[in-house]
Amino acid sequence: MSNHHIRVTVNGDVQEADVDARLLLVHFIREDLNLTGTHIGCDTSHCGACTVLVNGTAIKSCTYFAVQADGAEVSTVEGLAQNGDLHPIQEGFREMHGLQCGFCTPGMMIASIALLEQNPNPTEDEIRWGISGNLCRCTGYINIVKAVQYAAEKMQE
Amino acid sequence: MIPPSFDYEAPASLEEAIAILGKNPEAKILAGGQSLIALMKLRLASPAVLVDINRIEGLGYIKEEDGWLRIGAMTRESDLDTSDLVREKYPLLADTTRVIADPLVRNLSTLGGNLAHADPANDHPATMLAYGAELVATGPKGERIIPVGDFFTGPFETSLAQDEILTEIRIPSPNGSSGGAYQKLERKVGDFATAAVAAQVKLGEKGVVEQVGIGLTNVGLTPIKATAAEESLQGKEANEAAISEAAQLASEAAEPEADPRGSVEFKRALVKTLTHRAIKTAVGRAQGGK
Ligand SMILES: Cc1cc2nc3c(=O)[nH]c(=O)nc-3n(C[C@H](O)[C@H](O)[C@H](O)COP(=O)(O)OP(=O)(O)OC[C@H]3O[C@@H](n4cnc5c(N)ncnc54)[C@H](O)[C@@H]3O)c2cc1C
Ligand code: FES
Ligand code: FES
Repeated sequence: MSNHHIRVTVNGDVQEADVDARLLLVHFIREDLNLTGTHIGCDTSHCGACTVLVNGTAIKSCTYFAVQADGAEVSTVEGLAQNGDLHPIQEGFREMHGLQCGFCTPGMMIASIALLEQNPNPTEDEIRWGISGNLCRCTGYINIVKAVQYAAEKMQE
Repeated sequence: MIPPSFDYEAPASLEEAIAILGKNPEAKILAGGQSLIALMKLRLASPAVLVDINRIEGLGYIKEEDGWLRIGAMTRESDLDTSDLVREKYPLLADTTRVIADPLVRNLSTLGGNLAHADPANDHPATMLAYGAELVATGPKGERIIPVGDFFTGPFETSLAQDEILTEIRIPSPNGSSGGAYQKLERKVGDFATAAVAAQVKLGEKGVVEQVGIGLTNVGLTPIKATAAEESLQGKEANEAAISEAAQLASEAAEPEADPRGSVEFKRALVKTLTHRAIKTAVGRAQGGK
């Protein structure tokens, strides 16, 4: 067992903590920082409910140790809205009914943001591929695709 | 699921990493973590020490040099996928990386980890067999080159020593009319192969097959090089009859086991079909097609 002092910038705030090496990033985010918007679904790197950005790259935080994020910038769903204004992707999910129970939504939005960052004007196929690491048990994905298209348009304005 | 406790080291140099591995027989390398962390959470692996090599600079690159495509072991699937060089000149590798896992997992998983993990279900091993790749291992005495045919010694076992790190993968640069293809059947995005086949060919004059490599994924305890199929195709014109014969021989080389993905008979038949498609696509690409 080993303890490590880590310094991670989460949604712009610097967070310092002493963590056990085996602490998963998702547990650090949810339990130490109380940011419970990042969900745990499968806990086996299949569903994407735990998706966050680490230095701008979308990863599954249930399969990543908190200590690996030492020095990094992490973004979670809580950081999307700025001063009460929804991020275009959040607006897209609301306007296009991109969610039902909402469990997959934070991960879906983070994965979509990473996709739009790389490819601001994706085709439907590219959107479906971009969110293929995120499972939704409710919507059938159609409205999620529309939500991402909405955000893509909005972000290009 | 919480993995068992371990000590964590994140050395900044290869030398340090090798020294830590040498001192700790129970240490394991952490690359993308996309196989290892899952195993630790399931408590199927419990390394005493994790040596995180993500903070060592210079282990991720894709470049052509001296007749080889040299790929740093820490190169991520997402980097292979977006490389123009890979897309334009190494279609077999481009095909393979595209069908591995999903975009989020691919942002972390590394080529080195995919090979070193030696899961018979992993896709890159068969591709490297078809290419005739060389793997560079770095240990306390420096670098050693391992022909890929000598690398996979059993399921989840390789010829790497405990204190060796896989640092580079070398694929012979294609010359003349060369082409390759990877054909995989998976149940859904991110699934491991029910079976998959890698083929790389070089055509000589009059369309005669001058060189051919065929590798099979997830139909045995290790990736399989279908040597009888290769030999049957070599020196022949790649016509329907020759491709069918090679496909038949490849399916005979497979040693599949029945599991929820299919029966033994199904998987053998599948290897035959996928080999046929892979060779045909590879030949088409060698002739300048897509
Ligand atoms: C949902 C999901 C779906 C997947 N689907 C596929 C798939 O379809 N096809 C496929 O091929 N793979 C698939 N994978 C596996 C994935 O590609 C893994 O990332 C890969 O097998 C291991 O690479 P890694 O960098 O994550 O290695 P790690 O998990 O970090 O390491 C794996 C093993 O290799 C060792 N190792 C790693 N790097 C080195 C090195 N440089 N030198 C020596 N030893 C090293 C480690 O010690 C460990 O034992 C999937 C994974 C997930 C989570
Ligand atoms: S909880 Fe991480 S992928 Fe499902
Ligand atoms: S909205 Fe319920 S899982 Fe996606």
